[in-house]
Amino acid sequence: MQIYRSHVLICGGTGCTSSKSLLIKDEMISELKRLGIHNEVQVVMTGCFGLCEQGPIMIVYPEGTFYSKVKISDVKRIAEEHLLKGRIVKDLLYYEALEDEIVKSVEEVDFYSKQMRIALSNCGVIDPENIDEYIAFDGYQALIKALTEMNPEQVIDELKISGLRGRGGAGFPTGLKWEFAASYKDDEKYVCCNADEGDPGAFMDRSILEGTPHSVLEAMTIAGYATGANKGYIYVRAEYPIAVSRLEIAIKQAKEYGLLGDNILDTGFDFDIEIRLGAGAFVCGEETALIESIEGKRGMPRTKPPFPAEKGIWGKPTLINNVETFANIPAIILKGGKWFSSIGIPDSKGTKVFALGGKITNTGLVEIPMGTTLRQVIYDIGGGCPDNKKFKAVQTGGPSGGCLTSEHLDTPIGYDNLVKLGSMMGSGGMIVMDEDNCMVDIARYFLDFTCDESCGKCTPCREGTKRLKELLDRICTGKGTLEDLSRLEELAYYIQDNSLCNLGQSAPNPVISTLKHFRDEYLAHVIDKKCPTGVCKDLLQYFITDRCLGCGSCARVCPKDCITPTGEIISEKTGKRRFVIDNSKCIKCGACIQACPPKVSAIVRQ
Amino acid sequence: MKKSIADLMKIRDEALKNMQLRDQSESNCRVVVGMGTCGISAGARPVLRAIIDEINKRSLNNVQVVQTGCVGMCRFEPMFDVNINDEKVTYVNMTSEKARQVVVEHIVNKRVIRDYTIGKSENE
Repeated sequence: MQIYRSHVLICGGTGCTSSKSLLIKDEMISELKRLGIHNEVQVVMTGCFGLCEQGPIMIVYPEGTFYSKVKISDVKRIAEEHLLKGRIVKDLLYYEALEDEIVKSVEEVDFYSKQMRIALSNCGVIDPENIDEYIAFDGYQALIKALTEMNPEQVIDELKISGLRGRGGAGFPTGLKWEFAASYKDDEKYVCCNADEGDPGAFMDRSILEGTPHSVLEAMTIAGYATGANKGYIYVRAEYPIAVSRLEIAIKQAKEYGLLGDNILDTGFDFDIEIRLGAGAFVCGEETALIESIEGKRGMPRTKPPFPAEKGIWGKPTLINNVETFANIPAIILKGGKWFSSIGIPDSKGTKVFALGGKITNTGLVEIPMGTTLRQVIYDIGGGCPDNKKFKAVQTGGPSGGCLTSEHLDTPIGYDNLVKLGSMMGSGGMIVMDEDNCMVDIARYFLDFTCDESCGKCTPCREGTKRLKELLDRICTGKGTLEDLSRLEELAYYIQDNSLCNLGQSAPNPVISTLKHFRDEYLAHVIDKKCPTGVCKDLLQYFITDRCLGCGSCARVCPKDCITPTGEIISEKTGKRRFVIDNSKCIKCGACIQACPPKVSAIVRQ
Repeated sequence: MKKSIADLMKIRDEALKNMQLRDQSESNCRVVVGMGTCGISAGARPVLRAIIDEINKRSLNNVQVVQTGCVGMCRFEPMFDVNINDEKVTYVNMTSEKARQVVVEHIVNKRVIRDYTIGKSENE
């Protein structure tokens, strides 16, 4: 086997791929050939490194040099300077990796040094399309251990000891779930991986599937062994083409090595995995709707009980776990449940992956031990709000969660802690909002999403979310009344109590939590007809003050031609008049504010 | 082809040899080759290739080979440092043949070849 002196790791996750990382990889390979060092330097495409904000990312080992925002035109310099001559190209480094002219390695920068990676441990380290690289870092060792040294009960016990809870949202103890699934006897049983990640802004599951697909396959096989199932389904959305193709490659490789199929590792255990593509409906992340969809029916939830552990796919006992839950399992089997339970806080063990998004400097993927505070995640790892804006709130749990304010920032992250504050862990989306975000608008945005994604089976969710959204629309456009506010609240609680599945039950959460924490903003919209942050355009008006010098810059850029020099005369000498905005025609695009010379800044928005 | 458990262990050990480079905590030996213009024109590239080749041949998977620019003693090029457990030895006026000897004697057998070191050359 060839050993290389240097490895160039280039991110092949969806984020970096969309900024041409695959072309960068090709360019690097051809540059290395041109320089004649392609036998010394290996180019590897990996999964997501996590710091998507700085993509495309390139890491060069053995130094661990961290290049960020790499462009195709930069490749030649990196190849010639760094890889050929050994001179690190300092101006292309991630800004934090260069401190007082000392180059820090990727492990040393704040974003990574404060994380703890279990589920993501292979992401950005191995080539996801090469099973040997997965095996090199103890891949499939957990499967060997489970099949040869443990019986199914011991596997389940290990999980119970670990305290692992479902990472998809609800946080049900995984060991118990496996025990239930194992307890139902039938001729056929199934293991299912829920990879229908639907929260806007969340991409934990996608990154795991793209970065280390074999971990999921390995864990599902272990689950099959523990629960007595011989068939697995991965339900993944067709909107994740890279994840799907890497899964397909991984399944093919695992079959070639005999790690899937009949008589795995000569232990007599059979297990096979099939991919089912979903069309990207939010509701299909709900386990019973997912089962319907796998069976080829329209994705709509069933009533529970019976739970899937008893009657799931094709009416047979089925174990359903989320991608991230599965990704934790090989490590638990290998290192033991005790090790896992030593991480975290009493009700929440291990680590959790969060997708940081919104108004945050380091947009990307982070994995932190449970019990880390929101402040540490948002400020120490995430780098806080950009442009020194003030932090206002953070939405955890996506459209089903709630928002938390600055007074909650020191809460240790854990399932129960977040629920106590009126939000939830969810699958791990974390959307940060700063002082420029209007909370009523945010609630409307999430509701717009759930309203769209409601499957229509039960009335409270189908009709209720529509009416909720209409009420919010009224408030955002200045037509809301105090009565609307109380109606909003009443309806929100009604939907929460009466919907069939979790989608409906949690849909009003953004409304309830913003009403609780930001009632003053609602009141400003309703009583003063003003949007304090200026987001709700219908409540805004633009005025030109008497600072106006009559230059006409604003009038020239106005797309609606609604700015005219019809005000009072400013200068007797030139006869110039003050410009005036006709608010009946104004579309509130804000172009005039930008056009007005900064020294003058005569235009205000109220 | 279907693999047995023993096959898998073999694949793991083989693949790990190459991949250990990405785990920075494992390595305790570092070879730093001067690859400034002076080094390259004096023939640092064949030296570097020889080092890598020798390391490959002997499966020395915990050795890192990195390059550096001109260190200011151009008359001694090609030169490289061998760092083992933070003890640095600088070899000068290298050739591919000498470099191979250094890998064998110094890195494998832990015996410094005094004749090739900078201390010796400077006193001549």
